[in-house]
Order: sequence, then structure tokens, then C-alpha cells
Amino acid sequence: MHCQTTGSWGSYMPTTRTAATVVVGDPLERIERLASENAVVIFSMSSCCMCHAVKRLFCGMGVNPSVIELDQDPRGRDMEKALIRLLGASPAVPVVFVGGKLVGAMDRVMASHINGTLVPLLKQAGALWL
Amino acid sequence: MQSFKAAATTTNQDMFCHSSFFLRGDDCNSRHQTHFPDLGELDHPAVAFHHDDAVDLSPSSIFSSKSSNVAVAANDLHYSALNTSIGATEMVSGGTGCLNTGQFMYQKGPAFGVSLGNGHIENWADSGLADKSQQTDTSTDIDTDYKNQLHGVQHGPMKVDSVDQSKSKCGDLKMLRRLAQNREAARKSRLRKKAYVQQLENSRLKLTEMEQELQRARQQSCFIRTGLSDSVMGNAALAFDMEYGGWLDEHQRLINDLRLAVNSHMGDNELCILVAGVMAHYDEVFRLKSIGTKADVFHMLSGMWKTPAERCFMWLGGFRSSELLKILGNHLEPLTEQQLMGICNLQQSSQQAEDALSQGMEALQQSLVDTLSSACLGPTASGNVADYMGQMAIAMGKLATLENFLHQADLLRQQTLQQMHRILTTRQAARALLVISDYTSRLRALSSLWLARPRN
Repeated sequence: MHCQTTGSWGSYMPTTRTAATVVVGDPLERIERLASENAVVIFSMSSCCMCHAVKRLFCGMGVNPSVIELDQDPRGRDMEKALIRLLGASPAVPVVFVGGKLVGAMDRVMASHINGTLVPLLKQAGALWL
Repeated sequence: MQSFKAAATTTNQDMFCHSSFFLRGDDCNSRHQTHFPDLGELDHPAVAFHHDDAVDLSPSSIFSSKSSNVAVAANDLHYSALNTSIGATEMVSGGTGCLNTGQFMYQKGPAFGVSLGNGHIENWADSGLADKSQQTDTSTDIDTDYKNQLHGVQHGPMKVDSVDQSKSKCGDLKMLRRLAQNREAARKSRLRKKAYVQQLENSRLKLTEMEQELQRARQQSCFIRTGLSDSVMGNAALAFDMEYGGWLDEHQRLINDLRLAVNSHMGDNELCILVAGVMAHYDEVFRLKSIGTKADVFHMLSGMWKTPAERCFMWLGGFRSSELLKILGNHLEPLTEQQLMGICNLQQSSQQAEDALSQGMEALQQSLVDTLSSACLGPTASGNVADYMGQMAIAMGKLATLENFLHQADLLRQQTLQQMHRILTTRQAARALLVISDYTSRLRALSSLWLARPRN
């Protein structure tokens, strides 16, 4: 299965696998699919406290994010690795997508909130009404 | 002593007392140990030496006893220090001598030609002992002064025949006595002042030396820190403290320059540069904190590198951005509509971010509690080491996220400052930075006052 670059992703490394290890779904593709299902999607882990903080941030703004707990997903492990590659850094979570587009980890989310770009983005995605 | 007593009781008008006082080199700090009580035994009506005076010398003297260029003055008693700046004739040469009031000795000095043997005492008719004639500063003994005046010398040995003269001119005596006393007092005062100024100058030089040393030490600590391969926790904490101290000093300098610029109504172009300088310097502290957090997160969290009052109102290892914006409040006016909205949004978003991080920290703490209490505790605790170690490993992992929280908090602070800088004009930004700095300075001053407050 080949990976295609989509507008919302930018470019990423195509995954290579042998025939024997074909995975049912490419993790990145799955991530992309899940990310576009809702206005605000947070990839998280139930034990991660920073993920808890990011969830509280959105809830505090009045946004209702959809959360995917990787440690509770059968393919969570793969998705975690894919996210690390996507971000270019560890830890993999939390990662936030707004309107199908990648915002980033906690630092990027907070930075965009402080510099005032997050709220317009949320409104555009229909996650926030004011 | 016996001889003194004998002398005191004589009615021989030709007798007078010589006394020479030597400052014992090693006794400078313990003048109270001198044998002044012995003088009391002299049973003389107007003993010029008082125990209290002598004792007062050490504490009341503002001059360090280490300095040999010190003139010490007492009420009635005058001790000439070794080698005073004015001292031409000292009874003691070099730095040695002994304060030995018990003995009345006449030491041969360069200016004195007369020497009397030990124990030879001559009394003035109605005066006390104190003849310091061999010293440049004579005692306030009136007769001595009068005698000196008569002879036209400040110092010199007392001559016996002066006694008769003083007795016969009682009327003039009082007036001359008073004049001489005034002169004497004035001279002593001048000497004291001179010595005091001298000491102040020395202290000032020492202070600048120490400041330079401190600066050098701080710079050296920077090298020490970067030279550490595996930094010991204590060293990392110390290193940060020192660097932060240096940062604060530089910050104060920049702020002072900014204040001058604002007050002198400097043009926007130059002001902009100064403001940018302060902002860049803030970036520097966040860089230092980042290094410090990686090295010793608990030290950064503890806030021990801040003053007590700052520490009390600290949030996650630093100041609260939202609080800072509230403080700025009215100081930023006049603001345009757009600016006002920008500042309001900034305050709101920083508040939300702070709340989010705070809740994350609470979750972390709760999680840690759960982990540490999940393995059996108390009397029923099993001896399962693997279990214990497993829980500890999980707890260690959770603790590691502490660094991330601190890091995010610092990022929040940095970004709030930068956004504020973006929204405001140059002049407004300058004022805002001054307000923030002044507020922090006051907190620090409050800490100092609190620590120094009188306690019952």
C-alpha cells in the first residue's frame, strides 16, 4: 500500500513493509482518517498527565474534543510510532488535530492559543461558536 | 599600686601624675581588661580616668582596632592610637605597646626629653592624673592644657614650676582653661572625622573589590557548570542560582537604562532597541531555566532560587502570566480597541492555559499517589521486591513528566511576554516592562523587609 501526501499532512515518510508483515491499515492513514472524523481530535494515553492537561484546556474553552486513547486501541502501538515520526520527537502524545489539520503537541497548542491563532482555527472547524 | 596611693595622699603640690598609656597590640580588643579599677584606688578627687570611659572606647569607637591609624577619643580620657595620621610623637613606636593603666611610666618618645622614673607621680593641685604630655594629643586635663599653652607647645613634659603660676592666676585660668578645652575638643573632632572618612574610603574600595570578585566568580561558575559531565544535583542547583543572580543584575541594569530612556522621552527608534534588548534578555532567563530544569527539576520547582515572597506566589516554577497581565491593567492606557481586545484575549488564554497545566499537575500528583499506594502498604505489605520495584519504576516514569510540565509553564510565560510585546506599541511595551520589573522588585524588597523585621 502506498502512502499519498495529502494537503493536510504535508509530506511524510512512506512506510515500507514486506509482504509478510502487511498491516491491515496503515497507521498514518488511520490517524488521518480518525483526525478528519471530528472537528477536534486528540490522540492521547489514559495514563498521560499532559494529555489530561490538553483535554482540560479544550474543555475549558468550551470545545468538546474527541479523544483516542492509544493504550486502549489494539493498533495503538503502531499509531504511537507513526506519531513520533510525524512529530519528529517523543513523546507521541498528546497530539491535536483541528479540522483534520495537525496542530501539534502541547507546546504548539499552547503557543497557538497564546498568539491568538487557535480560536479562529476552532471557529473555522466549527468546534467553537461565539 | 602602693606607691600610687602613697603619692595620692601626699600634699606635696609639686607632685603630679604622669601617665602613659600604651595600647597593647594584642589587647586592642579587650581594653575592658585594663586595670582601671586600680585607678579608683588612688582616691584622688578628680581622677580623670574612668572605667566606663575606657570600656566605652572599644564599642563606641567606630574605628577598627585592626587599623593602626586610628584615633580613639573618650570623654575625659584620651588614648592616642599608634601612629595616628597626625601623630608625630607617640609614646609607642611601631605597633606595639601596652595599655597598662596600672603603671605610670614615662616612655621616652622622640619629642620628649624628659623621662621620669617608674612610679614617680606628681600631682597637680586639683587635677587628676592624666598627663599625656608625651602624646601629641594631650588629655583634657585643664592644668596640663594650661601648662602647654603657657609653654606654647602641644606636647612636652610638665614642668614643676608651672604649678605655682597656675595657682596664682586663678581668674585667667578658667577662661584660658575653657579656650584650651575648646581647641582640644575641636582638634579631636577633626581627627575623628578624618579617621572616619579614611575608613569609609577603605570600605568603599573593598566593596568595589568584592563586587568585581563576585562577578568573576559568577563567570567562573558558568565554566564550571559547562565542564560538568555528569552534573551532581547540588552543583546544578548552585550553578543555576549563581547564573540567575548574574541575570538579575544584568536585568536591573537594562531596566534602569530603559527607565532613563522613557523618562527622557527618547525617540521610538532608540527605545525600540532598548525594549528588544530587555525582551532578548528575558529569553536568556528562560534558556537558563530550561537547562536548570533538565539538571534539577525539584530545585526549580522548589523556588529556592527566588526570595520568600516571590516563592509564595510562585506557580509551577515561576510567575503567573495571567497575574502579570492583571498587574499591567491600567498602566498600559491609552489602548486602541484592537489592542484592548488583544490584551483581554491574551489574559483569557493565558488563564486557560495555566488552569489546564495546573489540572495536569494535579492529575500527576494523584497518579503518583495511586502508584505509590497500589503496592501493599502497612503491616500487610508483602515482601515482594519485584512488585515494589515495578511500582517504583512506574513512579519514576511519572516523575519524569514533571520536567515537561515545568517546561510548558516556562514556554507559556515566554509566549505571553512575546505576545504582549507584539500587541503593544514601543512606548507601551517599555512602560509595561518597567511595571513588571518594579512589581518584582517590590516583592523582593518585601522579602528582605520581612526577613529583617524585629521579632520579640
